[in-house]
Amino acid sequence: MALNKQESRSMITVTNLSKVYNGTTVLDVPHLEIPKGQSFGLVGNNGAGKTTFFSLLLDLIQPTTGSIFNNEITVSQSEAWKPFTASFIDETFLIGYLTPEEYFNFIGELRGQNKADVASFLKGFEDFFNGEILGRRKYLRDLSKGNQKKVGIVAALIGNPEVIILDEPFANLDPTTQIRLKNLIREITENAEVTVLISSHDLIHVTEVCQRIVVLDRGEVVKDIKTSEATLRELEQFFSGEEVEDEKENIL
Amino acid sequence: MFKYFISLQWKAFVRSSSFGKSLGLKILMGFLVLYFSVAFLFLGLGLYPLLKEFYPEEEPLHMVNQFLLLWFFLELVVRFMIQTLPVISIKPLMATPIPKRKVVDYVLVKSLFSFFNFLPLLVILPFGIFTIYKSEFSPWAVLGWMVAVFSLDLCVNYANFLLKKYFADNLKALLPYLGVALALWLLEYFGIWSITEAFASGFDFIVENPLFSLIPVFMLLSLYLWNRKVLESRFYLDESIRGKVQEANTRDFNWTRKFGDIAPFLQLDLKMIWRNKRPRTIIFMSVILLGYGLIFYPQETYQSMPSIFVFVGIFMTGIFMINFGQFIPSWDSTYFSMMMAQNIPLKKYLSSKAGLMTFSVVVLAILTTPYLYFGWKILVINFCCALFNIGVNIPVLLYAGSFNRKRIDLEKSAFMNYQGTGATQWLVALPLMIVPVLIFWGVSSFLGFQAGAGVLSGLGVMGILLRPHLMNLVEQAYVKSKYAMINGFKQTGE
Repeated sequence: MALNKQESRSMITVTNLSKVYNGTTVLDVPHLEIPKGQSFGLVGNNGAGKTTFFSLLLDLIQPTTGSIFNNEITVSQSEAWKPFTASFIDETFLIGYLTPEEYFNFIGELRGQNKADVASFLKGFEDFFNGEILGRRKYLRDLSKGNQKKVGIVAALIGNPEVIILDEPFANLDPTTQIRLKNLIREITENAEVTVLISSHDLIHVTEVCQRIVVLDRGEVVKDIKTSEATLRELEQFFSGEEVEDEKENIL
Repeated sequence: MFKYFISLQWKAFVRSSSFGKSLGLKILMGFLVLYFSVAFLFLGLGLYPLLKEFYPEEEPLHMVNQFLLLWFFLELVVRFMIQTLPVISIKPLMATPIPKRKVVDYVLVKSLFSFFNFLPLLVILPFGIFTIYKSEFSPWAVLGWMVAVFSLDLCVNYANFLLKKYFADNLKALLPYLGVALALWLLEYFGIWSITEAFASGFDFIVENPLFSLIPVFMLLSLYLWNRKVLESRFYLDESIRGKVQEANTRDFNWTRKFGDIAPFLQLDLKMIWRNKRPRTIIFMSVILLGYGLIFYPQETYQSMPSIFVFVGIFMTGIFMINFGQFIPSWDSTYFSMMMAQNIPLKKYLSSKAGLMTFSVVVLAILTTPYLYFGWKILVINFCCALFNIGVNIPVLLYAGSFNRKRIDLEKSAFMNYQGTGATQWLVALPLMIVPVLIFWGVSSFLGFQAGAGVLSGLGVMGILLRPHLMNLVEQAYVKSKYAMINGFKQTGE
C-alpha cells in the first residue's frame, strides 16, 4: 500500500524515550519509527508499558528522557499535533453526562465538523452500533461498558484524523462487534494516509489487523515483526515462555 | 474493627495526592479550632458571673434556658452550612464480610468526635460547675440539666445529617417542617404562644426533676437509630444499578453560539451543571443567597459601616463564581485526560470558564438591583463589587484552580458525596471576600465613600483590561501543573 508513495515518511518518531517512576524504569525505547499509513500493533503483558507509551504519545505524562515526534512536532512542547491526532484510551475519555449524539457533536466541533457532517459520518456506523447507541435518550454513563467503548472508538474517527491511537479496543466488546471493529480498522488502514496505533492482549486480533507488531516486555522492545503467516505462531511461542529464555539472554 | 477503619482513613488521608494542600489547610483549620475553643471557654467561664452581675435578681440558669432554643436553632444552621458527615469509601467494603451495620455505626459514632460537639461542652461544663457552687440548685439538678443540654446538642448533630442525607434529595419533603417552623415563629412573633417560653419552662422542669433529663437522651438514641436506618437503606453503590436510568435531557443551549469559539465549552459546562446533582445545587444556592442582603440592609447598625455592604455585595454577586470557580478544573476531572489529548487549546478552555463566571456575575448583579429600595449606595456598591469580581476575583480563582488535584465524581449518587465541600471550601473563598472589604474600608475611611467605590471598580476595570495578560499567566500555571492534575484526577476515593 505504502509502495505508491516514495520511501514512506516517518509519522511517529521516538528517540531515547524513557519513563522512570521512583527509580523503576517502566519504559525504555531508544529508537522507534512508525511510517505514515502503517497499522501498528503493540502487544505485551500487564505492566509492559503499552499504556505508558500511549500516554507519553498523547502528552498525558512527561517523559523522563527523550522525546516523541508526531509528524515532526515534539508532543511535549507544542500542541500542534492535536488537530490531526485522535485517541481513545479508556472510559475517562468519555463525558458521562452527555448523550452519545451530544458527545459526537462535541468532538466533531473540536475537529471542525458541523452537526450535519457528524450526522452523515455516523450514518456509516449504524451496523457497528447495532441500534443500541443512537436515539436512545440515554446518557453515556448509563450505557454498558461495551457500548461506551463503541462510542469512544467511533468518536476517535471523527474528522479524518491522520493518527489514530486506540488502547485495547477489542477488550469488553461482544464477538460480533469485535469482528466489525476488525473490518473497520482494516478499511481505515487501506487508506495509506492514516496511521493507526493499537494495543491489545488478543494476539489473534492484532495479527489480523496490523501490518507490524511490536512486543514490549518490561518497558523494552523485544520483538519488532512485520506481520506474516507465521507471526501468530511466533507470538504465541514468545508469550507461552517457550522461547523467552534464550531470547532474554540475547538481549541482556 | 473500628481500629481497622481508622487506619484505613489515616492511609487515605496521608496517601492522597492532595495531601500537601489539605495539610496546609488543616493547619489553618487548627488555628481556627484553637481560636474558637478559647472563645467558647471564655464564654463558659464568664457566662455565670456576667449574668449575675448585670441581672442580680434573675437566676442565670433560668435566663440561659430562655436562649437555649435559639442556640440550638443557630447551631443547626451553622452545622448545616459547614459540618460534614465523616466519609468512608464504602465501595471496596461492600463485598467484604463486614456487616453493613458496622460501617454505618462507625460513620455515625465517628461523627460524635466532631469538633462541633466538643465546643458546647466548653460552655456547658464551666457554666454548670459555676451554677452548682454559686446557686442553691442541687448538684443532681444541674447535672441533669447538663446531660439534657448536651444530649440535645448531639441531637442537633444527628438532625443535621438527617437533613443532609434525607432531605437533600427530596427538598419537598422538608416543606411541611419548614411550614411548622414558620408557624411557630409567627405565633411567637405576634405574642400568641411562645415556643421559646415553652422550651425554657421544659428545661426549668428538668432542673426541678433531674430524672426527666432522660427524655433528651432517648431523643438522641432514637435520632441515632433513625440515622442508621437511613444510611443503611442507602448502602448501595448507586440507584442506577437498581435499574433507574435517567431519561436524557437534550437541551442544547444553542444561544451560546453567540459567544463564538468558546461556545462548545460553554455548552458543555452548562450541561455539566444542569445534569449533575453536585453542581446543580450551586445554582439553587446562588438564587437563595440573593436574599442575603435582606439580613444586612434593613439593620440600623450597619448603615454607618458600608464596608459590610461590600462583603455582602461580593458575596451575592460572586456566590456562583466562588462555588464554581474554586473547583475548576476538578469539574472536568472524570474526563480530564481526554480534554488534554483532544484538540482543545488550553487557553480556550480557560477563557470559556472565565466567560461562564463573568456571565454569572453579570446576571446576579442584575438580580440584585431591587435592593435599590434600601438606597442608591447599595446599588453602587453591588455594581462595584461585581466589577471587582469580574476583573480581579475571576483570574485569581482560575489561577488557584491550577493547584487543584482533587477529583470530583459528578456521577456519584448523593450518598456520602460531599467531596471538597465543608469548612475548607469557605476558607479558600475567604480572601476573595475579605480583600475587597479591606481595600474599600481603607480607602473610604480616609477619602470617603465615592473614592472607596471608585477604587474597587477601578481595580475591577483594570483587571478586565488586563485580562488577556492575566489569562496568559494563568495558562502558564496550568501548563506547568497539567501532568500533576491528570495524575491527581485519576485517584478515586477521598
